[in-house]
Amino acid sequence: MIFKHDVVIVGTGLAGLRAALEVADEYDVAVISKVYPTRSHSGAAQGGIGASLGNEEPDSWEWHMYDTVKGGDYLTDQDAAETLAKDAPRAIYELEHMGVPFNRTDEGKIAQRAFGGHTRDFGAAPIKRACYAADRTGRVILDTLSSEASRRGIRVYSEFNLVDLLMDKGRAVGLAAYELATGEVHVFHARAILLATGGFGKVYKTTSNCFANTGDGVYLAYRAGIPLQDMEFVQFHPTGIYGLGVLISEAARGEGGVLRNREGRRFMEDYAPTIKDLAPRDMVSRAIITEIRGKRGIDGRDFVNLDLTHLGKQKIEERLSDISSFAKIYVGVDTSTDPIPVSPTCHYMMGGIPTDVDGKVLDMNNTAIHGLYAAGECACISVHGANRLGCNSLLDLVVFGRRAGKMIRLDLEQADWPDLIVNPEVKSLIKLKGILNRNAGEKAVHIRNALQTLMTKNCSVFRDEKGLRRALDELSTLKARYENVVIDDRGKAFNTDIMEAAELESLLGLAEAILVSALARKESRGAHFREDYPERDDANWLKHTLIQRTDEGRRVFYKPVNITRFEPKARTY
Amino acid sequence: MEMNFKIFRFDSEKDKEPYYSHYTVDAEPWERLLDCLNRIKWEQDGTLAFRMSCAHGVCGSDAMKINGRCALACQKLVKDYQGSEVVLEPLPTFKVLKDLIVDLTPFFERVEWVRPYLIAAGFPEKERLQSPEERKKVDEVIRCILCASCVGACPVSNENDKYIGPAQIVQAFRRIFDSRDQEKTERLKQLDYPDGVWACVNYFECTRACPKEIPVTKSINKIKREIEKLLR
Ligand SMILES: Cc1cc2nc3c(=O)[nH]c(=O)nc-3n(C[C@H](O)[C@H](O)[C@H](O)COP(=O)(O)OP(=O)(O)OC[C@H]3O[C@@H](n4cnc5c(N)ncnc54)[C@H](O)[C@@H]3O)c2cc1C
Ligand code: SF4
Ligand code: FES
Repeated sequence: MIFKHDVVIVGTGLAGLRAALEVADEYDVAVISKVYPTRSHSGAAQGGIGASLGNEEPDSWEWHMYDTVKGGDYLTDQDAAETLAKDAPRAIYELEHMGVPFNRTDEGKIAQRAFGGHTRDFGAAPIKRACYAADRTGRVILDTLSSEASRRGIRVYSEFNLVDLLMDKGRAVGLAAYELATGEVHVFHARAILLATGGFGKVYKTTSNCFANTGDGVYLAYRAGIPLQDMEFVQFHPTGIYGLGVLISEAARGEGGVLRNREGRRFMEDYAPTIKDLAPRDMVSRAIITEIRGKRGIDGRDFVNLDLTHLGKQKIEERLSDISSFAKIYVGVDTSTDPIPVSPTCHYMMGGIPTDVDGKVLDMNNTAIHGLYAAGECACISVHGANRLGCNSLLDLVVFGRRAGKMIRLDLEQADWPDLIVNPEVKSLIKLKGILNRNAGEKAVHIRNALQTLMTKNCSVFRDEKGLRRALDELSTLKARYENVVIDDRGKAFNTDIMEAAELESLLGLAEAILVSALARKESRGAHFREDYPERDDANWLKHTLIQRTDEGRRVFYKPVNITRFEPKARTY
Repeated sequence: MEMNFKIFRFDSEKDKEPYYSHYTVDAEPWERLLDCLNRIKWEQDGTLAFRMSCAHGVCGSDAMKINGRCALACQKLVKDYQGSEVVLEPLPTFKVLKDLIVDLTPFFERVEWVRPYLIAAGFPEKERLQSPEERKKVDEVIRCILCASCVGACPVSNENDKYIGPAQIVQAFRRIFDSRDQEKTERLKQLDYPDGVWACVNYFECTRACPKEIPVTKSINKIKREIEKLLR
């Protein structure tokens, strides 16, 4: 079938929904999503959303902007960071007005707590900037925006998977989506398309991300010839539950929790003397791995302890109840009496589809692609630079999701209806039928496991040339194997087998972009740490990476960082 | 260790009647039942269909009947099911679409019916004020992940398909007891009918099933009392 809507948004996380709300009153907007809106991974966000409200102690947007830039190891585009920090208080009040049940101060204002890398007075000491609803901040914002969307009558196509982005003469004209319930491929014809498909932590073995986070939107943009930006910057969150990767929010340390090694030592004092356990994530993750390599992991093993026992039962109950229940359910730990075993887990992608501050997707010449927008984790503005600070992502989603919506509204005043390409669904059908009709070959799981293992081994917290080259070699073997991927399910209804096989193409393509970008950057900055180039090198590398697939092969090129207020300085905490 | 599963199967495209498939997988004691399901699907039988996403009890996708009780497969660990065969079936009361996947459309439609959003006129310049005590009243119900376990477990929902349902009442509770909402009376009136809150006769099955430990039955009773106090 061909569906026609002025605007089609892919993804019902906070970015997609916030954008949809912005256009819904004036234009016919539809959102499509792999999962029911409230199942989107934004709902997993725990700790908080940042804004310099100053409800707990004096704060200013300049401090917030500074922290964002420094946290991003100066790769952050400063115009974007300024927009984020300045617009944050408005965005939070708006969420409160829509009904988000934030925790409150004694005066009845929105409560705030400390979070990694957020400081007062340009790095002097930690500050309480994260607004929160217990440790379910994402859940309640997602509920609020999704019920607001249904109240406004926004059309939702749940369990529709984006399988192709339709481009014609440099313009986005529509997309193809696979309907899970029926197995049909549908075409969506639109004047504007917004990609808000979230992150792709599933490239790695251990991750805080959900199964839906396979980065299809980012990959399909890449496949369509759109460059991807800063893909080497992959955030590993320091505190995933050991072995599982289930996240224990930074809020645990924001509320006073500390990391300890086998000697019981609060080792972050050695790595970040001023803000200690609240250092940015890249630094804490490196510190943990360094402790483990130095045989100071618990019992000499590959994890450390996160100790909340001194916080008291009441604080844990009131503010950290969900993570405490995770510890209880998955590792049998009572957080009020015992520490949680943790190790770094793949968490967030700083890189993605390049956009300007209004969500317009940029091509290789840095000019906007007609009709195509991106927002949320799948986009790279770049507001998070080389390392995102905690509680800045949720903020990014609502600030830049709204801005993208506003821009779409403005552009639609003039945008005509593009012609749909001929046989728009054919490419997707050929690909899916190819998988469906193949009789012999290899199941997706083996290729996916091999990919996740190879990325985890060679392209995690620490990297070097040898490992990255080996990984690229192995990746080409995996891609060849993927050509023979087989499935069991030949049916039409809820064939998740075929969708998982299709998603594997995304994971393989994105791994390529990450590895090639990481190999090219011969310095260490933020989350990208090269053991063979351990220093940051502003003279040569203060620039954004772009990687593009062209007819002649992969191309890596660079563009400058936007620096307005804060000159790069050594990054110590 | 070896784990044995007996799983409900039905594909409306080809099956006249549902049947059960048996599988054996190797699993570690600390793994989740969802990990076993994935392994079965990925390695043995790709035709098996179920929903899942977050794998740690926050998205609400994988509610199903596990040995007769409604629960999330991602919240149950292998070690607690050792020894005997684990029976997995779709969530009761809902129409089965394929295997463990049920049609949740009516569930979400009913959630919408309770108007699950804040209704309040006027926007102050900053936040609306709310005391920590007022905010505490909704602390438990905001945990709801709309997994529908409570509905599947509720004997009333199973018998009476007009009953609005425990999850929906939890959603209504969130707004009724939010001091910022201005439609409290209207909301109470909406639930004040035989198939509304009054259909609940305190089986407590919803409370037992809720993976987020929401006191569902208690919340329903609190609304009943509020109706008697304010509407009678
Ligand atoms: C466990 C956890 C805790 C976090 N805590 C915090 C926090 O406290 N504060 C903070 O600021 N950030 C936090 N983050 C980061 C933040 O939650 C995410 O970066 C953010 O939610 C991403 O939102 P999004 O709208 O971009 O995408 P998501 O919410 O991930 O949504 C992606 C959407 O795209 C859809 N989609 C994807 N692929 C397709 C496809 N092929 N076809 C159709 N639809 C598709 C999905 O169905 C989904 O609706 C956390 C992240 C995790 C994993
Ligand atoms: S009340 Fe509990 S069981 Fe019912 S839908 Fe919500 S989380 Fe699930
Ligand atoms: S998979 Fe998300 S709740 Fe179980």
